[in-house]
Amino acid sequence: MNILVCISVVPDTTTKITFTDNNSQFNREGVQFIINPYDELALTRALEITEKSGGEVTVIHVGGVENEPSIRKALAIGAHKAIRINKNPNDAQEAASEIANYAKDKGYDMILTGRESIDYNSGQVCGLLGAMLSLPSINVVMGLDVVDGQAVLTRDIDGGRETISCGLPLVASAQKDLVEPRIPNMRGIMAARTKPLEVLEPTGESNFSAHQSYDLPEPKSAVKMISPDNAGELIRLLREEAKII
Amino acid sequence: MSASSLNVEELKAAHQGKDRFEMPDFYGIDDLLSEEHILIRNSVRDWVKRELSPVIENYAQEAAFPHHLIKGLAEIGAFGPQLPVEYGCGGLDYTAYGLIMQEIERGDSGIRSTASVQGSLVMYPIFKFGTEEQKRKFLPKLASGEMMGCFGLTEPDHGSNPAGMTTHFVEDGDDVILNGAKMWISNAPFADVAVVWAKNEEGKIKGIIVERGMEGFTTPETHNKWSLRASATGELVFDNVRVPKSNIFPEVSGLKGPLTCLNSARYGISWGALGAAMDCYDTALCYSKQRVQFGRPIAGFQLQQKKLAEMVTEITKAQLLVWRLGNLMNEGKATPAQISMAKRNNVEIALNIAREARQMLGGMGITGEFPIMRHMANLESVVTYEGTHDIHLLILGHEVTGENAFF
Repeated sequence: MNILVCISVVPDTTTKITFTDNNSQFNREGVQFIINPYDELALTRALEITEKSGGEVTVIHVGGVENEPSIRKALAIGAHKAIRINKNPNDAQEAASEIANYAKDKGYDMILTGRESIDYNSGQVCGLLGAMLSLPSINVVMGLDVVDGQAVLTRDIDGGRETISCGLPLVASAQKDLVEPRIPNMRGIMAARTKPLEVLEPTGESNFSAHQSYDLPEPKSAVKMISPDNAGELIRLLREEAKII
Repeated sequence: MSASSLNVEELKAAHQGKDRFEMPDFYGIDDLLSEEHILIRNSVRDWVKRELSPVIENYAQEAAFPHHLIKGLAEIGAFGPQLPVEYGCGGLDYTAYGLIMQEIERGDSGIRSTASVQGSLVMYPIFKFGTEEQKRKFLPKLASGEMMGCFGLTEPDHGSNPAGMTTHFVEDGDDVILNGAKMWISNAPFADVAVVWAKNEEGKIKGIIVERGMEGFTTPETHNKWSLRASATGELVFDNVRVPKSNIFPEVSGLKGPLTCLNSARYGISWGALGAAMDCYDTALCYSKQRVQFGRPIAGFQLQQKKLAEMVTEITKAQLLVWRLGNLMNEGKATPAQISMAKRNNVEIALNIAREARQMLGGMGITGEFPIMRHMANLESVVTYEGTHDIHLLILGHEVTGENAFF
């Protein structure tokens, strides 16, 4: 069982987001970057599966050299090797096309992603990879097992849960509750020193889309307290200030 | 008290997500660390947030040692990370060792004490002074946490003056017969092995490995501590204990042996205390932004800002001190007096920061809802053990004047 896990590198969840150049560029200054938390779930589950059934886990990242500490962490968590495609993708399609170009002739049994990256939240890479590689893609899974050569996946659906079986190879994206992510231990960190991290130049297309500008949400204003016997004022505020009725 | 009344999973669930610690790094000291140092530090921090923080307050309140954490501590590299890989250890440098101690003590000084004793006071002397056979027998099991150790130097009547120790042994064929008692020994109640310093028939101090189960060796627990409550402390009592001569460190004699170990441990403490200081500062900073009095967060008041500004200044100075000391340790150039300066300074600033932070939290500061009072009480031990605050002053005084003021 050989599994490719796609990891993206995102600002830490506590980051205060700012923009530069007329709100057209994300300001990386002073920002801590981490492996996208959903991708860590995918990585951990991939490791559990290969520890049981044998095989290798490869992590792939489309991004610049500045993200290598996060790739090294993925190796410390337990991935056997890593690929970095040397390109900062503009959108999910650019990232997916690079990954698809790399993966198409490698014969992976599974390609796993997170359900979405927590920075741009497009949640498209799983579906795009399925389309580009002509593989079934199942997104937002919270259970993933391999039974008799078939994948068994569980997903939350409206009002309940579904269990799906699917032949391999496939593409799937990880949702919260799939597994508890692993913290690298000392042995893993030492082993990561000598694991291969291969850098490849991009081969896919670019400029499918471009960011024009970003806007931050309005700062939260203080709570307005209205006396219970003044319903009229509440209605007025909801209509004139909040503009929701 | 046993920890059996505590359901670990329930405790963790109840505290899920509560530890939101963020490290102050006012001078960008992370830029002075390697990518691997940061990965190690962050991994230990993640482990502390996930495994230690959710349960530590309850263990401290119940005065119980969280035995279930030993395996995890071993895995994150808490036990002898600076010793060679061939003995099952990490082969990391002293900066990495320091960062691990910082993060563990950020959680709790008692747990860091367990790690310091295991790594610096048990494994380090076995590595430094032990025979090849002793190293192969003990180090891999100590590194993995399969075996736990303690260190016996201090006696009921000999604390700051260890040379006066009365614990002693006499030769008897292939064995020695050990008599005496050691006090204030971290890990003693559950340790499988004890590295004990005792005088031979010529009055020379020798190191000897005493193993649990040897007849006449007991480890009564010290109860009713107000400090390091989540750490197990006890005595080592030797009543005609027969120990094979092969358990004695052959090469080292005199106080040089135990003092070499203490240097390594004190180095770790200088980082560890910094971790406790950071946790108190971070807690007080967050609290001050949320606590509203007179219509605004107390962070906006000058007296609170003075406290916070002074705390972050002292933390930054202490960070630079241990960063430089780590490099000196890595180069094998750190002197005992340099280590004394860092231990003394960093524990003092941590204690002061804990006290100031406690005041900023008002009444909440004395409760177990926040870690500050626990850190403060713990630091009263840390300022006393491994060379008291005053003894380190005398070491520094001796170093700069050349005059011995100990006696």
